[in-house]
Amino acid sequence: MPSNVMQNTHRSTRLIMIQKGISKGLPIMMGYLPVAITYGVLAKQAGMSLFELTLMSVLVFAGASQFMGAGMIAIGTGAIEIIIATFVLNFRHFVMSLSFMNRLRGIGLNWKVPLSLGITDELFTVASIHSDEAKQDKGVYFYTALILTGYFSWVFGSFLGGVLGDVIPEALSQSMGVALYAMFIGLLIPSVKKELKFGMIAIIAMLTNAIFSQFLDVGWAIVVGTLVGGATGIFLLKEDKA
Amino acid sequence: MILLIIIGMAIVTAIPRVVPAYIVDKVNFPNWINRWLNAIPYAALGALIFPGILSVKPDQPHVGLLGGLIAIILAFLGFNIILIVIGSIATVYFLTF
Repeated sequence: MPSNVMQNTHRSTRLIMIQKGISKGLPIMMGYLPVAITYGVLAKQAGMSLFELTLMSVLVFAGASQFMGAGMIAIGTGAIEIIIATFVLNFRHFVMSLSFMNRLRGIGLNWKVPLSLGITDELFTVASIHSDEAKQDKGVYFYTALILTGYFSWVFGSFLGGVLGDVIPEALSQSMGVALYAMFIGLLIPSVKKELKFGMIAIIAMLTNAIFSQFLDVGWAIVVGTLVGGATGIFLLKEDKA
Repeated sequence: MILLIIIGMAIVTAIPRVVPAYIVDKVNFPNWINRWLNAIPYAALGALIFPGILSVKPDQPHVGLLGGLIAIILAFLGFNIILIVIGSIATVYFLTF
């Protein structure tokens, strides 16, 4: 039965993509769980109910802004100020989404729109480092599995933090704050080993961010750093590269 | 009131994420913009790592820096990313113990 055989290969390619997406999502899960638990603890202390703090993770799904939001709720900041500050802090995802969506040109809007909602710093960078899947058959399942792994870790961790309170010992939770940075480094270095210019792009972005963070909000400084660093790529990268 | 704040935060976070999906569906970029966008992941990694890593332990910037240095070394040696993360966490843990 040729049609049966084809169906089976299709199904197994999809399964392989899903497994690959989950496995590439594991480091993100490791980074997200402790951070999300910490968020849950802080949000509870800020006076949010378990339902509210979990709902924020479900609907907003952007770590730094949720910490900020919970903190601002705790000190009684007005809604408009919190929402504007969130926009500023999360605007960097526009730049990231534009880069990621540009890679997914061959994929329909019905996939692109839900995938775009899953763009966080961590998921964007992991997805981008694995850019080959964008061109592969069933590659969209890779990105979906990757993003859902990160998403469920974040939502589940927030809920857990809200339920259990301070479960992670202070020294350990502080040490785990380095996890996501270590992951970013672990993503960057292999690319630098292949092509030194990726390191140059990153260093220019670092320096630009360091300079602009002296007088801009963190959110805008990261946007400027990312755009300026990326702009050097116009001259450094070749057409088919990266 | 908190519900309203959450919904507002969700909307202003979702819009910048979703709009690019529609942009790339409508507009074809010239090559130089494609090169720019292809370099964005590396630039974003740079901007996300530094100077943020200095604030892992806010009053002791060297702690985050050393955790990062261990991550760089392990990454150059070709370790799996999970081991890089664990090595970096362990470094910070022993420095702050």
